[in-house]
Amino acid sequence: MKKVLLGNEAIVQGALEAGVDFVSGYPGCPAAEIGDEFGRIAKENNIYAEWSTNEKVALEAAVGASFSGLRALVNMKSFGANVCLDSLLPLAYTGTKAPMVIVIADDPSCHSSAQSEQDSRAFANMSHIPMLEPSDAEECYEFTKLAFEISEKFNTPVILRTTTRVAHQRSVVELAGYKKRDQLKKGEFVKNPHQFSTMPPRTLEMKKELLDKIEKIKQFAEKSNLNFISGNSPSPKASARQVGIIASGVSYLHVLEALNEIDLDLPVLKLGFFYPLPEKKIKDFIKKFKKVLITEEIDGYIEDEIIKLAKDANPKLEIYGKNLLGDTGELNTEKITVAFSKILKLKIKNEPYGEQAIKLEIPRRTAKLCEGCPYWHIFPLLKRIAPEGAVFGGDIGCNMIAGLPPHSMHDYLFSMGASLGISHGVKKSTNQKVISIMGDGTFFHAGIPALINTTYNKSNPLIIITDNRITAMTGHQQNPGMGKTAMTEDAEELKIEEIARACGVKHIKVLDPINVKEFEDTVKEFLEKDEVSIIICKRICALLEKRQSAQQYD
Amino acid sequence: MTNKNFNLIISGVGGQGLITLLKIITESALIDGHDVKSSELHGLSQRGGSVLAHIRFGAKIYSPMVSEGKADLIMSLELLEGLRYLGFGNKETNVLINRYSLPVLGGLKEEEILKSLSRLQGNRGSTTSSGPDKNLYLVEASKICKEKLQKEVISALYLLGYAVYKKLIPLKEESVLKAIEKLIPEKYLELNKKAFKLAKA
Repeated sequence: MKKVLLGNEAIVQGALEAGVDFVSGYPGCPAAEIGDEFGRIAKENNIYAEWSTNEKVALEAAVGASFSGLRALVNMKSFGANVCLDSLLPLAYTGTKAPMVIVIADDPSCHSSAQSEQDSRAFANMSHIPMLEPSDAEECYEFTKLAFEISEKFNTPVILRTTTRVAHQRSVVELAGYKKRDQLKKGEFVKNPHQFSTMPPRTLEMKKELLDKIEKIKQFAEKSNLNFISGNSPSPKASARQVGIIASGVSYLHVLEALNEIDLDLPVLKLGFFYPLPEKKIKDFIKKFKKVLITEEIDGYIEDEIIKLAKDANPKLEIYGKNLLGDTGELNTEKITVAFSKILKLKIKNEPYGEQAIKLEIPRRTAKLCEGCPYWHIFPLLKRIAPEGAVFGGDIGCNMIAGLPPHSMHDYLFSMGASLGISHGVKKSTNQKVISIMGDGTFFHAGIPALINTTYNKSNPLIIITDNRITAMTGHQQNPGMGKTAMTEDAEELKIEEIARACGVKHIKVLDPINVKEFEDTVKEFLEKDEVSIIICKRICALLEKRQSAQQYD
Repeated sequence: MTNKNFNLIISGVGGQGLITLLKIITESALIDGHDVKSSELHGLSQRGGSVLAHIRFGAKIYSPMVSEGKADLIMSLELLEGLRYLGFGNKETNVLINRYSLPVLGGLKEEEILKSLSRLQGNRGSTTSSGPDKNLYLVEASKICKEKLQKEVISALYLLGYAVYKKLIPLKEESVLKAIEKLIPEKYLELNKKAFKLAKA
């Protein structure tokens, strides 16, 4: 059956066909639709799906499932990999029991990522975990199934690395289909500390075993049709015959498009495996050419490897990549066409029509708070009543909008929960008033350790929790504060004020920020406290409220 | 359109129903037997920000993104967002814009936007006409939908209907209707079909 699917939807279909039993993850753009879709269909498919409280525990939950014999999938955005890295490295050493696939979605050009233009491919080299890179929805589907197979064959987790233009690309997928199972699968944890415990001196043995395993997977990658050469017919232009291209991820599609536009047929080695790289295949390929162009997004990891391989295979090879394509921002057909024109010394007709429009200096339309958003009651008030010189710590989620006009009130913005971690340091180092603003989802994700550090080390920033009763920015995912799980089952509703109390906070106020006077008075009062204080501004996300009332009157 | 791929840019402001529009178009293209790819953005940019999506369909599509200057049609749900992405077009590109303005801080006045649009798109000067003028089509989609269907948010479907019936986009009417039936929940189905067909008149 042919269907138009979003890359993320194709991953879900691939995983279902591969017989996934257990899904965990943390929502982040551009990965969130994977967990959303699993939450929606888990019950009818008799599989288990959860939104975990952060990516580290999500990975650990899947490790437990794999060790118990269940096929697991973990999903997260780029920065999630940083959070789970602590457990990712030992997982490479222990390996898996039942297969396990980890989806990590990077965001070249930072379309919806504040903190950095991160290239998560580095984690594959660091952890020695195989990594595959699909280009379109069809490959998302096929590679997911294959990732489960590789994981099963070699007892290793496999990372599927996507980017925004793959995860949020819609394209045609030919689906084989799958049978829904009739009951939830339960596995059995068979004790095997020899495999599951990383304890010295065993740890070093495990490392050796891991490196041996990677050698075997390298042999597998050499033969795999995930790395293939496309386009071969002799080009009419003599100069072009001496040029080869090595492409990965979505850049492969831009390369084909650019070749099509300028009517050239150059050989392209498409790498579906990022780690381990098929070194022999690459060497055989680069031997044939005078020049190669390497197209990969963000960092030049493949290019660096090819520079090494060429020293032996083809020392005179001219290697082009980041020097022509740049190392900031996503690639596109235009950038690759320009690179071709430089390498092949072609004159390419380029109509600079677009420039006229760009020169108009159209004002940017940045993200803003939705109509009726409870944060409209919070940001302007804080800005208005904060004493002069007060420092504002910003955090991830809808809270990021506080950093944009008309609010423009962030003094720093880092990673999930970091507003509080940094605010503590600023408060300890200065005599200034410090106000740290964080959402409910972020508080559960990474805010609690920062809060404990703040109270334990006797700091006193004012913490504002903008509790809109859901993880809103990434598309309304359930979190521990709202009493619902990803599969919309009832759960214990964790109260932020009770957690704060248990963490040693003495001054706690829960209020509805629409009550301006109460809010204002509390801020003024708490700013004078010598201990940590926290105001939990509880008011439902306006979009969620609208949706809930629409459902009520259905 | 059998030999050449069709390149479409759709733009608007987060919350205007751009993703639904994109889903209907990609589904219609599949029903019509095309290869199709699209690219969209979610998350931060969706919160009332400028939204841009690429759609390409034809015999064989490689890149999911339209190159600068290569769009066959630029369709925008909002005036300023139409102007913003004109760079994807060329002198031959059809530009179909909902004559509807969501003002932005420090933004351009509506007359300025209209003036720039007609200058760049080379129309014959009448900035006030809402009808087709050379290859710039300014359509009161939001206003018409509000008047006739009491729903402004449905203007994306009206605009798509306009593009299909005026043959600005090579999709069959019945394929689009099939796609709407497949993708729109029962409750809103009639409204969506009505908005789409409204442009036929």
